Amino acid sequence: MPGLFGNLIWLVGILCEAAVLVCAFKKRALRRYLFLNVYMAGVLVVELGRYKVLSQFGFNSLQYSYYYYYSDAILTIFLYFALTTLYAHVFSEMKAERYLKFGALLLLGGTAAFSGAVVLGSPTRFLTHFVIELSQNLYFVGLVLTYVLWGAILKLRETRTRLIQLVLSLGVYFSLLAANYAIRNLIPSLSAAYLPVAQIFGIFLPLAWAYAFWRLPEEARLVPSRLAVIPR
Amino acid sequence: MMAAIILVCSVVFLLQFFVSYCRSLIAASVKHPLSAEVQDVTGIKNSATGDDFDRVIQLLQLCPDRPEDRSGIQAIGAYFGLLGAVRASVARLIPSLLAWTETERGQCTYFAAVTLERRIAFSRDMFAQQLET
Repeated sequence: MPGLFGNLIWLVGILCEAAVLVCAFKKRALRRYLFLNVYMAGVLVVELGRYKVLSQFGFNSLQYSYYYYYSDAILTIFLYFALTTLYAHVFSEMKAERYLKFGALLLLGGTAAFSGAVVLGSPTRFLTHFVIELSQNLYFVGLVLTYVLWGAILKLRETRTRLIQLVLSLGVYFSLLAANYAIRNLIPSLSAAYLPVAQIFGIFLPLAWAYAFWRLPEEARLVPSRLAVIPR
Repeated sequence: MMAAIILVCSVVFLLQFFVSYCRSLIAASVKHPLSAEVQDVTGIKNSATGDDFDRVIQLLQLCPDRPEDRSGIQAIGAYFGLLGAVRASVARLIPSLLAWTETERGQCTYFAAVTLERRIAFSRDMFAQQLET
């Protein structure tokens, strides 16, 4: 079982995820950002289930490992589609939703095929290795896609503050998790620290989204070029 | 090799996203005028400086915490630390970077002062609600 710190992180995470849904509901942003909220509801359900599996089978059990990695892969796919809906928001005036959906599915299929090819040689537990590999690769693909979306926001001079903050916080989250996965692959001896660190990173996204929904009205606007690290 | 490339890309992207995210938080608060009361308490009249940041944060910690402000103030605190590190190292060699970090640090202080104002208003509301019940 994780110690007091682990339980505290879990509890804070649960509260933050619930806060996103409450803030979105109160500020009438539930439908506008439906997929983001569906993802957050999914995270909430998975976290509750995680606690159930953890208390029943223990932290070092095979059941918990399976539950963790399989649920993580499903959530990553959900988050990937949530990201494509942010694309749809930014490109809404271009009526490019159909092409975006097609492109997103194509890229997801490509990532899955690449992940399959990487783990093809593994002698046992092909599916489990595939699921872990897919999660890792989707985090990086998500990161690159978020970066492209940020570039599009700057280029198209998108001014919706809430949308900008949702995209940027997603970018920070993807970067943290992709870096965490990469460090684990580079230094396998640190793999014991991977799960707690990922849990701590996991709190950032719901906190940032709750802030964006609660604090920023949909009408709030800002000049995105002023936010770029390199002035445009 | 692949993991190293992913790590480098992730860190570079992380820095860009983090700085832009913090600046978007600051930009959303910079239009908010400070009340005369908060100006008196913080000593910020027209423009804030980075040197006041720690003092404003100390004042913030005296007020009841608001969960929805927590991520913002923590992110800005980390951004302020990052700016401090840049100011103490690279910016010493590049004067324009030094001026930029000073402006950014001042805006971090302003963000903290706006958060302080919100917390004071929140505390007053809570107190008023308690008096009513």
